[in-house]
Amino acid sequence: MKQRPWLFLLPALLLVSISAFIPLMTVMNYSQLTLLPGTQPYFSGLENFVAILQDPAFQGALGRQFLFSFLVLITEIPLGLGLALCMPKDGPGVGVSLVLLGIPLLIPWNVVGIIWRVFTRSDIGVLPEVFEWVGVTYNVSQFTGDAWWTVLAMDIWHWTPLVVLICYAGLQAIPEEYYMAAKIDRASPWKTFRYVTLPNLRGVLIIAVLLRLMDSFKIYAEPFVLTGGGPGNATTFLSTYTSRMAIGGFQMGRGAATSLIYFFIVILLSFVIYIIMLNLGQGAGEES
Amino acid sequence: MKKQYYLILFLVFLMIPIYWMLNMSFKPNSEILQQLTFYPHQFTLSNYEEILSSEFWRSGYINSISMSLMNVTFVTIAALPAAYAFSRWDFRGDKHLFFWFLTNRMAPPAAFMVPFFILYSNFNLIDTYWAVALAHCLFNLPLAIWILEGFMSGIPKEIDEMAFIDGHSFPSFVWNIFLPLITPGIAVTAFFTFMFSWVELLLARTLTNEAAQPITVTLTRSLGAGGWDWGVLAAAGVLAMVPGAIIVYLVRDLLATGFSMGRV
Repeated sequence: MKQRPWLFLLPALLLVSISAFIPLMTVMNYSQLTLLPGTQPYFSGLENFVAILQDPAFQGALGRQFLFSFLVLITEIPLGLGLALCMPKDGPGVGVSLVLLGIPLLIPWNVVGIIWRVFTRSDIGVLPEVFEWVGVTYNVSQFTGDAWWTVLAMDIWHWTPLVVLICYAGLQAIPEEYYMAAKIDRASPWKTFRYVTLPNLRGVLIIAVLLRLMDSFKIYAEPFVLTGGGPGNATTFLSTYTSRMAIGGFQMGRGAATSLIYFFIVILLSFVIYIIMLNLGQGAGEES
Repeated sequence: MKKQYYLILFLVFLMIPIYWMLNMSFKPNSEILQQLTFYPHQFTLSNYEEILSSEFWRSGYINSISMSLMNVTFVTIAALPAAYAFSRWDFRGDKHLFFWFLTNRMAPPAAFMVPFFILYSNFNLIDTYWAVALAHCLFNLPLAIWILEGFMSGIPKEIDEMAFIDGHSFPSFVWNIFLPLITPGIAVTAFFTFMFSWVELLLARTLTNEAAQPITVTLTRSLGAGGWDWGVLAAAGVLAMVPGAIIVYLVRDLLATGFSMGRV
């Protein structure tokens, strides 16, 4: 009887072992080896890790990844929350908005890239044309700045709806009485937001931030299609770098080491943000 | 009332790029390349005809749907009992195990590409549906357990106990009482599992070559092949959006339940 939970977990554990655990062990094994074509693999300890950490291309990709995820979080979370507050509470507008917001989430990721590519390409896109009318030169495949803000705009286009949906669900769950009480106390709209809405949205906001953080760190298909990581390496993020190391390079050990460092950063960052947000929320809760 | 204009503005922003692709899919290539038109002047369905009549594109769609459905089946079968165990029993290490499952949702697919390739090569699974359907369990299984556990914990334990007192055996309880109760949960889980499997590119591209390549890969490969046929590409993109739209329409009410439980 005591072993019953494990019996129920058996299928999941089997599936996890072939879809996550064995691959992870393989990566760990390879990350410690020097594998060159035509020679016997030999144990080289942490050599691969050191080499990756010292690789300027890795440092560049890591820096861009941090900057990108940071920009994604500080634009999408407030924007999504703000738009959720703008949603109508009932009526026919709700259904229409929800369906329209759902559309970008349901598009395959590389189709998102294709949509933005045909939208922004200098020969067939509408965006460069519009910029030309106002006298601005805009070229995604040439200018780093243009490529950057286009990738960012694409991500905001793609994922802000998810933040809106999550926040909207959270707002719906706040009892109407809280707002009545705030009204009776003659609280200003800002104070109502600060001391009623925000503390009650804590859990939901943690989910939104964590999901966006994890997924923005995994971004691959959209910039791959839109810019191919260029111009130069300007929009090469960690996933692109890792997949290049893993497929393109002959040094599988290096690729494996990159994968482990990458995985470790995502877990560590998610954990840190989770703890910070938990404490932030607690503080706000006591004040109110 | 005024604040809703911001929402409308954002919704318009969402629709513009999609409209541009739709617009393009109904144009012949000559019109796409020669001038900028905001609606198709020479309306044509030839782009869609080309896709639907070509084996290359059709097999992409069939492969994609088959793989995603296979993945949904694996994930649901494994996640249901696991979620039940997590929601109903305390056992040694349950919290840690649950968290460990969740960390797999954080795993970047890029980090698992090479080991997947090696592992599935050894079993001769490369370029089959199995490889992709199994690999996508990496991020779908934790998500499914997470969502289902939330739904199951919303059902009081007393229901289980009552059923056993009434003389139900365990399988009969599950089949007649428990499964009907969590149907919305299963639907939401299946929806998200299908969606994330349908949209994934990186692992699908690594693990397939010709025979089993899904539509996302077909699109990327034809994009890289040069000789741009923009009209066909746009039409293929539009068609790739259709299954998602159909599915979200079918489960829209159940999704609202899922969202309101804060588990998505």
